[in-house]
Amino acid sequence: MEPQLLRTVLVTDCGSTTTKALLFERKEDRWHQTFRGEAPTTVEAPVADVTVGALNAFSEVEELSGRNILQEGLELPFIITEGDLTKGIDLYLSTSSAGGGLQMLVAGVVSTITTESAERAALGAGAIVMEAISADDGRQDFERIERIRHLKPDIVLVTGGVDGGSTRHVVEMAETLVAAAPRPRFGDTLKLPVIYAGNAAAAEEVRQILAKIAQVVVVDNVRPQLERELLGPAREAIHEFFLSHVMSHSPGYGKLMSWSSVPIMPTPAAVGDIVQSYAQRTAQSVLCVDIGGATTDLFSVFPNREGTSTFNRTVSANLGMSYSIANVLVEAGISQIKRWLPFEFTDTELADRLRNKMIRPTSIPQTIEELWIEQAVCREALRLSLAHHRSLAIGLEGRRERGISDIFRQSSERYELVDLMKLDIVIGSGGVLSHAPSRMQAALMMIDGFGLEGVTQLAVDSIFMMPHLGVFASVHPEAAYEVFENDCLVQLGCAVVPVFPSKLKRIERLAEIFLDGILLGSINRNEVTRFLTPSSGEGSLKVVPLHRSIDIGAGFGQILERRVVFGECGVIVDGRNRPLRPEALGVGAQERVLKNLGLKG
Amino acid sequence: MSRAFSPGLQVHSSYLVQKRRELPIRGEILVQQGQRVEGDQIVARAKVDGELRIVRVSDELGIAPAELAQSLTVAQGDTVQQGAVLAEMRGLWGLFRSTVSAPISGTIEFISLSTGHIGLRAAAQPLNLTAYIAGTVSAIEAERAVVIETQATFVQGIFGVGGERLGIIHLMAVKEDGIVDVQHVPNDTQGLILVGGCSPTLAALTKAAAGGAVGFITGSIDGATLSAYLGYDIGIALTGDEDISMTVIVTEGFGSVAISRRVLDALRQVDGMSASINGATQVRAGAQRPEIIAPAASVAQHDRCAASNGLVVGARVRLIRVPYFGATGTVEQLPHELEQIESGAMARVLRARLEGGAIVTVPRANVELL
Repeated sequence: MEPQLLRTVLVTDCGSTTTKALLFERKEDRWHQTFRGEAPTTVEAPVADVTVGALNAFSEVEELSGRNILQEGLELPFIITEGDLTKGIDLYLSTSSAGGGLQMLVAGVVSTITTESAERAALGAGAIVMEAISADDGRQDFERIERIRHLKPDIVLVTGGVDGGSTRHVVEMAETLVAAAPRPRFGDTLKLPVIYAGNAAAAEEVRQILAKIAQVVVVDNVRPQLERELLGPAREAIHEFFLSHVMSHSPGYGKLMSWSSVPIMPTPAAVGDIVQSYAQRTAQSVLCVDIGGATTDLFSVFPNREGTSTFNRTVSANLGMSYSIANVLVEAGISQIKRWLPFEFTDTELADRLRNKMIRPTSIPQTIEELWIEQAVCREALRLSLAHHRSLAIGLEGRRERGISDIFRQSSERYELVDLMKLDIVIGSGGVLSHAPSRMQAALMMIDGFGLEGVTQLAVDSIFMMPHLGVFASVHPEAAYEVFENDCLVQLGCAVVPVFPSKLKRIERLAEIFLDGILLGSINRNEVTRFLTPSSGEGSLKVVPLHRSIDIGAGFGQILERRVVFGECGVIVDGRNRPLRPEALGVGAQERVLKNLGLKG
Repeated sequence: MSRAFSPGLQVHSSYLVQKRRELPIRGEILVQQGQRVEGDQIVARAKVDGELRIVRVSDELGIAPAELAQSLTVAQGDTVQQGAVLAEMRGLWGLFRSTVSAPISGTIEFISLSTGHIGLRAAAQPLNLTAYIAGTVSAIEAERAVVIETQATFVQGIFGVGGERLGIIHLMAVKEDGIVDVQHVPNDTQGLILVGGCSPTLAALTKAAAGGAVGFITGSIDGATLSAYLGYDIGIALTGDEDISMTVIVTEGFGSVAISRRVLDALRQVDGMSASINGATQVRAGAQRPEIIAPAASVAQHDRCAASNGLVVGARVRLIRVPYFGATGTVEQLPHELEQIESGAMARVLRARLEGGAIVTVPRANVELL
């Protein structure tokens, strides 16, 4: 059916815990997301069939919408129509991250070159990288073998060497893999899917060495030259293996795939697609976070030095708000979490509360104190995941060939893509942000956690709709984008954060802020407050720094002017400078911030 | 979702436990259906590929990888004994002979002229699978798995560390809410699974483990004590592989919460009897909780079908979150509409009458069915 003729589309996202079904309908004015059903995902005993959970979610949509969608006794569980406005659906689509999502092992020769490119290829395809091994990772062979042996990856990506370079190290990596002989997670009679995307000259030998344990597919080198990265072919191969080996062997997925003419997408790949599409259409730099119970995914689109934009995705596999909440404690340290709390708490009590959340992950904060604790953890998870993202979101300088004189200039060819001063919009997703009791709490968690700088629009995904819209966009991009802007993205307002040298003394008023030519007020040092605006619409924001050493995003001492989208949080101004210093945090400071923003009586 | 509550942990004095014991790869089943087995009996066996040893031959001979072909004394597929010469090189006029020998016995799996390495695979090793619980073989899946069945006292914990252990249940002389210290731990703990109290001290855990105890079951544990016992902090509730001699299982959670009377009553019935325990916990997908299984042939009553009626008025529940963490009560009311809770969030709630008589409102997500 032609996309333009579609009227009703049902989309599921089969997550690790829940399967969410959304109904999208073409109304007279535009496409809308209309109804939502949710049911526990069923990929484990006693109900190891993903379609059972999907059907439960469909039933809830049917019940809530009053629309006759399901049918019994036929191959397809739903009625397929062609534009019928009263019953059935025109198309079914799905994404999946059930069973922990797509889990990959990547291997390369040099950690900051080929292994890093392999990681980017895997992450961009929607995978979780369980382990990245490199010839230069400081481990002995036996240590690498021991580590790999304990993993059960869905797919392995082997890279190494530029085309025309030495083959020795990448062949050694293949030897390490065959010595470790990792087994695939699904299908005990299957050979492990391995994608080789390294030096073309070594492909045949790598294939021969791995033949005993793996089914090897050879694609173009992810790093044909040092200054050039080519991730597309490896990502396509990952998607093909995902469908042919991972999905088809997961419980019930064979049936689920037969329900749709469109391939199932890994959930993060679908989110990545819609984020890229949004960044491209609005010509904005975007940072999007999905903070879940076990992992935190970050997606970004930032300008590169070639005059285009680069998309990156990272997964911080053990930073999350329930299953992994105690790991945030381990990685951040208790004092880092406590600095966000507006009340005193003993280390022991705080740590045990987080551990209790870890072992009872579905429980929710009942008291305001418990809520602040979880939101403090969220800030640290965001901070740590952004640091991880920065380390992988790397630009490669130019596409020039390297000459002898360049050989020692390798470090200068890499640069960080993430520049918070240039960030236009941050989008928050995941229960702790999307379902925070107050939108202001969500806004503040993102400002604090990411340490935003300059002027940044803030938004949240209303009901975690981005995976659904990502796969919908593969069929009907216009419709998906329309729903994304109107029903998915909840604009919160914007943050204004001046940055200045810490040695700048005796300046208390940092900047003045104007909206549509009217003075709203000033931004004061160490103060966080907000100015109310209409809750919808747009306006012209002007921020005038009051000292030549203060940067709002237009350069030191420069006036910044830009259009901003209004939201219910208004304009939040933060005079605490960056990086946040200990004296700007702690119980008293946090209490003041929360009171100023109307979050505490 | 309509079912936003935890089903609760299982505590049964008599329960028909079925354990599926599965080989990681295909192998041989060593028992018959209907056969009686002991917990430590091997019920299935498989052969796993032996270790692949990479021998860096060209490096050892000091030659380029491409020159390896002229030095080889073996071919791919050959079987060699430990010490056998794999490659040799003679210096000028045949003098100064250098050799590289096989570090282990095995088969030549590959010879790489790119790296100058030889891959030598050791013989396959047997992998033995034990029954884990004493009982009867109730089903067999050829080459793959067996199911062992037994009537037992069955208790699930909320969190544990350490893997499968077999031992004797021993109730310590400590109150339910008493902190377990060294004086509560017997001097001879060899083979024992110690039970009771809460929040054990590190000294108590260390004494128990040093004395040979194989298990320690208690109400709760302070996170810092657990970290000290393990030597590191646990960040993810994915456990069972810890390198410790004594499995630790907590039944209520972290902090200082008394061991529940239900658990204690169930385990008191099997005091002095053999039990199988496993601390492995996997909270994420598949939710595996630690378990204590004490086969008790004298108890005839089966309650395999003790399915709960779900969260209904009159159901017994435990509250699992502050401010009522650890309290138990009875469901009085299940309002249909979402209600605002103290945090400001809108949530599906229930009203429960606590044991002391107070009626409290809590999110349904914060209760466990008893």
